[in-house]
Amino acid sequence: MLRVVSRRLIQLFITLLALMTLIFFWLRSLPGGPVDALLGERATPETRARLIKALGYDEPIWVQYGHFLKNVVTGNFGNSIRTGEPVMDVISRSFPATVELAVAAIIIAIGLGVPLGYLAARHRGRALDNATIILTLVGISIPIFFLGYLLKDWLTQSVHLFPPSGRISTGMDNTDVTGLFVLDGLLTREFDASADALWHLVLPALTLATIPLAIIIRITRASVLDVLDADYIRTAEAKGLRNPTVRKRHVLRNAMLPVVTIIGLQTGALLAGAVLTEKVYNWGGLGTLITDSISGSRDYPVLQALILLAAVVFIVVNLLVDLSYAIIDPRVRVR
Amino acid sequence: MPLLDVRDLSVVFQRDNKPFTAVDGVSFTVEPGQAVGLVGESGCGKSVTSLAIMGLLPRRGNKVTGEVLFDDTDLLKLRPQELRDRRGRDIGMIFQDPLSSLNPVIPLGLQVAEVLERHQGKKRQEALREARKLLDAVGIPDPTRRLKEFPHQLSGGMRQRALIAIALACKPRLLIADEPTTALDVTIQAQILTLLKELVEGSGTALIMITHDLGVVAGLCDTVNVLYAGKVVERAARHDLFGAPRHPYTHGLLQSVPRLDVERGGRLHQIRGSVNDNIPWSEGCAFAPRCDRVIDACIGETVPLEPAFRGGALRCTNPVPQEVPA
Repeated sequence: MLRVVSRRLIQLFITLLALMTLIFFWLRSLPGGPVDALLGERATPETRARLIKALGYDEPIWVQYGHFLKNVVTGNFGNSIRTGEPVMDVISRSFPATVELAVAAIIIAIGLGVPLGYLAARHRGRALDNATIILTLVGISIPIFFLGYLLKDWLTQSVHLFPPSGRISTGMDNTDVTGLFVLDGLLTREFDASADALWHLVLPALTLATIPLAIIIRITRASVLDVLDADYIRTAEAKGLRNPTVRKRHVLRNAMLPVVTIIGLQTGALLAGAVLTEKVYNWGGLGTLITDSISGSRDYPVLQALILLAAVVFIVVNLLVDLSYAIIDPRVRVR
Repeated sequence: MPLLDVRDLSVVFQRDNKPFTAVDGVSFTVEPGQAVGLVGESGCGKSVTSLAIMGLLPRRGNKVTGEVLFDDTDLLKLRPQELRDRRGRDIGMIFQDPLSSLNPVIPLGLQVAEVLERHQGKKRQEALREARKLLDAVGIPDPTRRLKEFPHQLSGGMRQRALIAIALACKPRLLIADEPTTALDVTIQAQILTLLKELVEGSGTALIMITHDLGVVAGLCDTVNVLYAGKVVERAARHDLFGAPRHPYTHGLLQSVPRLDVERGGRLHQIRGSVNDNIPWSEGCAFAPRCDRVIDACIGETVPLEPAFRGGALRCTNPVPQEVPA
């Protein structure tokens, strides 16, 4: 186990280094840049030169790259070009929002996806199965922003069931502990704040959950069908085991292997920020931060840190998946 | 009274949207403690017969008719729950591929113990202690350690031993072995057969041995049923069958077995054609297109299974002449 983890850490390091290099040069190869974005078209050459020097862009690119690497290693990502704040502050303001949304979405996707996929497999070829397949097709192919606005228009305008946007009602007096509003409310016993935040969370989480939900249903269904045909299920039946024992002990555990992988990939993707969903519900998470940093000011330091964060999250989640894999499947353990 | 009385068992399933009769009116009996062989080549319906007896065929798309009387109870008429109570307790079964037949993610100990928990109401610890004894009894070395191991950590022979331990855990009165040695090395095959023989004879368990290997039958079975295209074509006591096979198909099968007492260098006999060359039983003898002794009377109508020598039975219009065995 220890060897697996240490090997993974080395892989992580190499991946991050390669990624940082790529990001650094890729961002700078794009037309435009922070100087143009900040000063506009009518700036004088002198002002431009001063800003370029102030931002350190007059140095050779290799020197800039060296500074960047050195700063990253020491945990200093610099200041946002747009707001002047330290990058870490900007990100730590948005990250909890994304975590809250992503966790809610993945809980919905797993909580509904695994049982539905399982039921569809048990009822292969019958109405429930066909309905599930059609629904997952819709879930995968419907554009997020379309579904988002549809739900929003229907459930917040026509039927006033949910708040239309934001993470919490204005004027709600909530205490910030972790930045996850639902959790904070529970921790500080401000249950009204918690409930209010949860109410705001429902629609965005549902919207964000559709694609992972559809994928988890499909993978679970296929995987359960596969396992139901396996010889060891026939053995379990030949033992006369009761149905629940066969299902839980023999079918589900084996069927979960591919599903866990998919859950990991999906979780990683969700944690990197949901640009479209956040846009629809005005949810101030990483997705919003990414769009603002690109379109407004070409905020190099923030973008670099964001992409790095996404990569770290992705790799860590997948490491967790692999470790849980080793727990479920003894054949992986020995290696 | 026989322990198991299979009467006119038929299994029809849909293949390419056409009904396909895999088992076609098969009848045979198993007396308590008796070892009965079901022999035939791939696709003759022998495995489907065993799965139908166990109620393990998928319920959808299969039509099972006839009677399977176990202790005078028709297993085909039992509700699924009642059948579950008997499977593993009264009837045990072992399968062809021991690796895929064991659950890869569950420790071996639990896979043996769960059948004891289910049918004997044992608690986990007690069941595991019993499982240890069972693994020991089927000749698995160091059983205490094996309880915690997983199937992939065991050799092929050991896996099959474990499956035998599972099947015999509740001391069933009938054991169905579906090609139990086919996936094993030749040296291991002999060990497993010896083990099966000892366990079955020692405990008085009746055995249905399903195989395509006449060598397996010769060493183990009291009575042999030869199946062809879903029907029994010949039934005889072991000595009679090997000494004087009457059906040309049985005769051909025996001729195809390599023998030590025949001079080397000769060509091994083979039955021409393949199972695909059959004609439907309704139009005559299904084996006729491949038969060396085919005559006009073989084609036209179904050939009946008729009583034959010493309690046996034969389905043939032109059988191999009988040489009276010594």
